[in-house]
Amino acid sequence: MTRPILIKGGRVIDPSRRSDGVADVYLAEGRVASVGLNITGEDGCLIIDAKGKVVTPGLIDLHVHLREPGFEDLETVATGAMAAAAGGFTAVCAMPNTDPPLDNQGAIGFVISQAQKAGKARVYPIGTISLGQKGEKLSEFGELMSAGAVAVSDDGKPVMSSHLMRTAMEYAKTFGIPVADHCEEITLAHAGAMHEGIVATKLGLKGIPSAAEEIHVARDIILSELTGAHIHLCHMSTRGSVSLIRRAKDMGLRVTAEVTPHHFTLTHEACLGYNTNAKMNPPLREWADVEAVREALKDGTVDVIATDHAPHPYDAKEREFDDAPNGILGLETAFGLAITELVRPGIVALPDLLYRMSTRPAQLFNLPGGSLAVGAPADIAIFDPEAEWTVEPSRFYSKSRNTPFGGRKLFGRAELTIVRGRVVYDRANA
Amino acid sequence: MTPLSLGKDLVGLEHLSAEQLRLILDTAEHFKEVSERPIKKVPALRGKTIVNLFFEASTRTRISFEFAEKRLSADTVNVATSGSSISKGETLVDTARNLEAMRIDMVVIRHHASGSAEFLGKRIGSNVINAGDGKHEHPTQGLLDILTLRDRFGKIEGLKVAICGDVLHSRVARSNIWGLKKLGAEVAVCGPHSLMPRSIGELGVEMIPRIDDAIAWADALNVLRLQLERMTSGFIPSLREYNRVFGVTRERLERAKKDVVIMHPGPMNRGVEIDSDVADGPFSLILPQVTNGVAVRMAVLYLLAGGTPEPQQTGGNE
Repeated sequence: MTRPILIKGGRVIDPSRRSDGVADVYLAEGRVASVGLNITGEDGCLIIDAKGKVVTPGLIDLHVHLREPGFEDLETVATGAMAAAAGGFTAVCAMPNTDPPLDNQGAIGFVISQAQKAGKARVYPIGTISLGQKGEKLSEFGELMSAGAVAVSDDGKPVMSSHLMRTAMEYAKTFGIPVADHCEEITLAHAGAMHEGIVATKLGLKGIPSAAEEIHVARDIILSELTGAHIHLCHMSTRGSVSLIRRAKDMGLRVTAEVTPHHFTLTHEACLGYNTNAKMNPPLREWADVEAVREALKDGTVDVIATDHAPHPYDAKEREFDDAPNGILGLETAFGLAITELVRPGIVALPDLLYRMSTRPAQLFNLPGGSLAVGAPADIAIFDPEAEWTVEPSRFYSKSRNTPFGGRKLFGRAELTIVRGRVVYDRANA
Repeated sequence: MTPLSLGKDLVGLEHLSAEQLRLILDTAEHFKEVSERPIKKVPALRGKTIVNLFFEASTRTRISFEFAEKRLSADTVNVATSGSSISKGETLVDTARNLEAMRIDMVVIRHHASGSAEFLGKRIGSNVINAGDGKHEHPTQGLLDILTLRDRFGKIEGLKVAICGDVLHSRVARSNIWGLKKLGAEVAVCGPHSLMPRSIGELGVEMIPRIDDAIAWADALNVLRLQLERMTSGFIPSLREYNRVFGVTRERLERAKKDVVIMHPGPMNRGVEIDSDVADGPFSLILPQVTNGVAVRMAVLYLLAGGTPEPQQTGGNE
């Protein structure tokens, strides 16, 4: 039995019920027991003073790479789940591009069992769309689901065959799970290293045009119309993609989308000096794209913020830009970047941000959490949105250090994270 | 005494000022004479050790650097990728650190990856000179092209220079654009749109799609090498068509200004981007470019090593 927890006097924001006000939150038996004023918990309960802090449903990240099995020197399910907890996330969805990939029941079950052993943030595996992520033959979605997969994706590798994608969408619809796609028309991206624009021209690096993403987004939207299936578009990065999604939503299609903190914060200029920590796929784009994805987060065209947390070792990034791998860490900087870049400038209100980082992700992948309703899982984050701190990669819980945000001053961080009614992260004792 | 220096490394012309460019050109002017002496040597870099680290095939640039180093009395070592630990998978940074552990003073690097010279310069204490990094820059080529133009026209300001061909993949084009623009030239690029980088106009150059128009406009044409792989990877349909549509031929030059000059960074594909009777004809500055290459590289080596802009005061026959 876990000890009940009484969180007293915080600003309680529950985006699932649009409620926002000072209250106490009482957690017992792994669930939200009550939310209200002047709650007195049973004797011996753990009392947490949350005055001046924000108490919310824990954040949920639909897109992380935990690297296990296969690349345990970069990250493990345990270190990733701890990094998540330290970032205020109570649940993350693990992409299947591991080695071996999560294309079978055994691999899915392994990730779930590693997550249970770690006992930090919840980890929901995502199964592959195709066997071995080869883009040829469908994975066994039914078996993946029964083992615990919550969605399917070949993330990292776009599904180039429209026939396979159509079949995947039809088949996923049978089970009511979303298909999450990495949108990149690879014959057009043509092994480019960064966004195609003036910075690539100056640096002499091969560019990836925005059109490579947009063509694929357009195809997926059209296939969603054909199949009626739920397509979830990963890490949208261009203004063109935003307008395609906006149109799809106006048409009432089941198209949802995510954007990463780096794509609403940085532009391709971050690559100047051949900074491999700014190398990612999709690449950092132009300021007009940053503005478009910010606007899309504000008006709901983009549903959620997801980190695309992608650990890589120092050695792999410490080399020529062309040869460095794509991706950066996200879990431990996401909330701070969102507060600093979206909330403080007045683009997104705090309750709306929490909706896009907690309630809405839970809805999209049909996950528990994202709510403080009585009976909801006791997955809670306590934030100090005013705290000013400096990103120090050497202090990350993640095994890796690859971030372009080292040394950056941010506002807002997690103070305490509770999963299943247990404190899994407490900054004061960290 | 000199308030003006080049800093530790020369990775490109993008970040040099017009004054720094003129300093190099003026210093090169002094060094030209050394190569005309019966004993082609000055003691300016005596005791300095220089490693020429060539990850990519090169004849002209590598030999030109080596002559420049030797004429300045430096001790030089050449490292090529085959037969070295690089072919055993050693990383660039490890290679460099090992070289540095042997107490060298300078590294001249040619590498297939854009940014490799800057990467190296940030990680080792020795001076790093970029001898061509991927599609980024080839600063000494840009400098020798500009020196050759200055020799012929007396000044760069107001000069109309057309850079013709595969600008997309060309480090020579980028270095020329930066250097020429800073010194006040008008620069145009000419070639098929499939071989032009995105947003090239933002560098302050004009795009002239047709070679005849570029020839009529220019005081000087710098004709880039068209690599065969551009055809196999689908940027142009065929070398034959390229020559017919974009090749610099004697017939086309009839529309040119009467004192037009033709340059080419080499190695040439005769009959593709340039015809032999142009390359070997009266307008060609291709061999003077090569001669100037040694002087420009001597100047860069000398200035990075901390030399003053008046090398004749420290130089002299041995």
